[in-house]
Amino acid sequence: MKTIILRTASTYLLPVLLLFSIFILLRGHYSPGGGFVGGLIASIAFVLHSFARGLDNTKELLRMHPGFLMPIGLAISFLAGVTPVIFFDMPFMTGLWYPEHLPVLGSLGTALFFDLGVYLVVVGVTLTIIFTISESA
Amino acid sequence: MLLAILLGFIFSIFLVFTGKFFKGKLSILASGIPLALFIYFAQFINRISSGEVITQENIWVPSFGVNLGFTLDGLSLLFSLMITGIGFLVFIYTSAYLKNNKYLDRFYGYLSMFMAAMLGLVLSDNLISLFVFWELTSITSFFLIGFNNTSQASRKSAITALAITGIGGLSLLVGLLFLGAITGTYSITEMLIMNPEIAANPYYTLIVILIFGAAFTKSAQFPFHFWLPGAMKAPTPVSTYLHSATMVKAGIYLLLRLTPVLGDHEFWNSTLVIVGAITMVYSAVHTLFRTDLKGILAYSTISALGILVFLIGQGTVEALTAAAVFIIVHALYKATLFLVTGIIDHQAGTRDTTVLRGLRKVLFPVAIAGFLAAISSAGIPPTIGFIGKELTYESTFHFGNLAVLLMVLIVITKILLLYAGFVTGIKPFTGVLPERFENTRMPSFLLWAPPLLLATGGIVFGIFPGLIEASIVKPLVNAVGGNSEEIHLKLWHGVSTVLWLSVITITVGTVLYFLIKPNHKLEQTIAKLEWLSPHSIIIKMWDFFFNFSKIWTNLFQNGYLRNYVSTIMVFMITLTGYGLFKTATYSVDYMSFSRITVYEAVTSLIMLIAVLYTVFTKSRLAAVAAMGIMGYAICMLFVIYSAPDLAMTQFSIDTLTVILFVLVLYKLPKYLTLSDYKMRIKDGVISLAFGTIITLLILEVLAEPINSEVSDYYAANAYVLAHGKNVVNVILVDFRGADTMIEISVLAIAAIGVFALLKLRLKKSDQR
Repeated sequence: MKTIILRTASTYLLPVLLLFSIFILLRGHYSPGGGFVGGLIASIAFVLHSFARGLDNTKELLRMHPGFLMPIGLAISFLAGVTPVIFFDMPFMTGLWYPEHLPVLGSLGTALFFDLGVYLVVVGVTLTIIFTISESA
Repeated sequence: MLLAILLGFIFSIFLVFTGKFFKGKLSILASGIPLALFIYFAQFINRISSGEVITQENIWVPSFGVNLGFTLDGLSLLFSLMITGIGFLVFIYTSAYLKNNKYLDRFYGYLSMFMAAMLGLVLSDNLISLFVFWELTSITSFFLIGFNNTSQASRKSAITALAITGIGGLSLLVGLLFLGAITGTYSITEMLIMNPEIAANPYYTLIVILIFGAAFTKSAQFPFHFWLPGAMKAPTPVSTYLHSATMVKAGIYLLLRLTPVLGDHEFWNSTLVIVGAITMVYSAVHTLFRTDLKGILAYSTISALGILVFLIGQGTVEALTAAAVFIIVHALYKATLFLVTGIIDHQAGTRDTTVLRGLRKVLFPVAIAGFLAAISSAGIPPTIGFIGKELTYESTFHFGNLAVLLMVLIVITKILLLYAGFVTGIKPFTGVLPERFENTRMPSFLLWAPPLLLATGGIVFGIFPGLIEASIVKPLVNAVGGNSEEIHLKLWHGVSTVLWLSVITITVGTVLYFLIKPNHKLEQTIAKLEWLSPHSIIIKMWDFFFNFSKIWTNLFQNGYLRNYVSTIMVFMITLTGYGLFKTATYSVDYMSFSRITVYEAVTSLIMLIAVLYTVFTKSRLAAVAAMGIMGYAICMLFVIYSAPDLAMTQFSIDTLTVILFVLVLYKLPKYLTLSDYKMRIKDGVISLAFGTIITLLILEVLAEPINSEVSDYYAANAYVLAHGKNVVNVILVDFRGADTMIEISVLAIAAIGVFALLKLRLKKSDQR
């Protein structure tokens, strides 16, 4: 599948798709999107890259094993959940919001960080499974 | 009190880290724990004997009415003293008996855990905490029986004991839940006044059967008795402590504790008397046919437990007094005999009674202990055993119209127990010392002091029964609902029928001892009848169960994935189909159909073509690609019916699924053989039926009126409470955020699973 067209395109597709996935992640709170879909799109971007340029290249690009994204994501999600418990004495998973409206991000709150955690876990899980299987197949 | 109970657990955890220090000479220090507890409980004797009941309530799970409530009354006091007192002696004994054992620290850990569990069991006022401690004793017993875990026999015995007592534990749990449901409380103290209500309840008999199930398995009553002789595979200190003095009495304790709650009822009394009588005679007869000292002791213990059940079944104040005294008697002499047997085994290297003789010359203090215990077990004055036997006879003698029959049974049992006591306590020490035992060495003080102390206790309490009358026996009888004012323990009762029966017992027993010598021939005789015993029958059922489940599993889990799928589908078709057939009514209202749009028609057409192509193509990859088209078409439907979030996710998932499939299938060889027509037709029928059923199910669900309360709430509050306009996402990250949290954890676990399955390559050295 290593055609020249795909290989060339993948160089540009990867950043565009990743950007798109982050866009999907951020807009999730108001319009269709969210961490789960965003994570899937990001994974697809990496998988496409690996198809075009070979698994080793993608791995090099990632610099670390995608499996490490899982604990990082879980930790971020968990911290977003327990922050209200620890600092504000409110129940687990209470949404906290920064009162001002920020450019680009819109309103900022714990829910966004939670979704970011989901995003990272999904990327980690998908890539771990696909990379593992394609390596041993 | 809570601390006193937890001390054993704390100590066993402590041992995990400091075990090294307790293996060597310091091991005796471990006995400080039971000693301290013994002193702690002994200081309550005065308060208890003046009629006080000490209670303590600790909140545990208040929402379920489960608290750690503890009550110390006469009954729990006796058991606590026994557990800690005998525990203390056993701990000392162990330090010498298992000296230099590699796992001595582990042994102490189990032992102190058991002690703590047993204390918790006898002190619990709350039925649920009682159950928890009950199970803990079964589990620790399992570890102790299987302590010698390199021997297959001891592992087998351990699992048998756990299975039997575990079944009893389940039965106990159900019984207690019933009891709690009827009375509305789990506190035994509060149940005491509800006896008439419980007895009038239609579930009374069921509750009693369930409680009996627990007590009979734990206290080794016929036909569940066989785990106890097996449990003798444990090191002797364990047999002494768990399987003679304390744990097997847990069932007795339960019966005594619940006597005021459930007792005084025809069914309760007669069942206990019958089971107790069968057990005591059956296992007393068995002692005649054994040559292993521990085997004899095991059967005589079962017989003694039978006597206790028999007495509790009589239920009169006299009988309960007799039971109270007999618990003490039995704990003192049986523990002694076990410890003596342990010493003989340890020093002389055999437990075969046919060869053991004349050991008094080399093991003098042990011989004294054995002798004292034997006469206490025989009920010869001036031991406390005599008082116990008199009380037992007395109460049986006054037991209504069946008195004569029961009298005969109990006298026979007592005669045989006398024989068993003599064979284990006297026979090894009398006669001429054979050559092979001449070099037997005197054991350490730590080994012979504990049995001697216990045996002396039997004599002291016999001569001065006042020592235990006011302090233990009266409060105990009070605690189980009897009137204790008329109890007077005396050695001399005056000449009566009962005394004559005692004389007969002792004479006949002694004659029997001189007439019958244990020999292997008798043992072989009984072994021929082994296939009739409850043990073999249960083992056979056990094997049958294993074979059955093996066949069953092989039938449905034969390693072919497609068979798994079709099994699941067929089951689902049958069950759901039956349910739909029974309940649903069908009618088609053509008028209510909305108009079919072009998009819908085209999408459905694409789906249909994709499905047909998947079914009839001969290439795997093409089939997978067609499945992908199918998935995309479903996404289109989501888009048409305005579920953009779902559609996006489905698109991505479908893409990844196809990629995964391709990755896996790409490397496989082309279809080697295509399934034949028969198989195809079968699979086709199953899939069509499955699809039809699911369609009908969904239509049925849609026909139900929809409760939109929840979705309305989410829609109304998404922006107000969670600052989001995309309700789906707000539900995911906020309203049901904890669910999402768990789901991503599951995802991560799944990924780790895949990674481990495919990547984990054990090093050569780790492979077995």
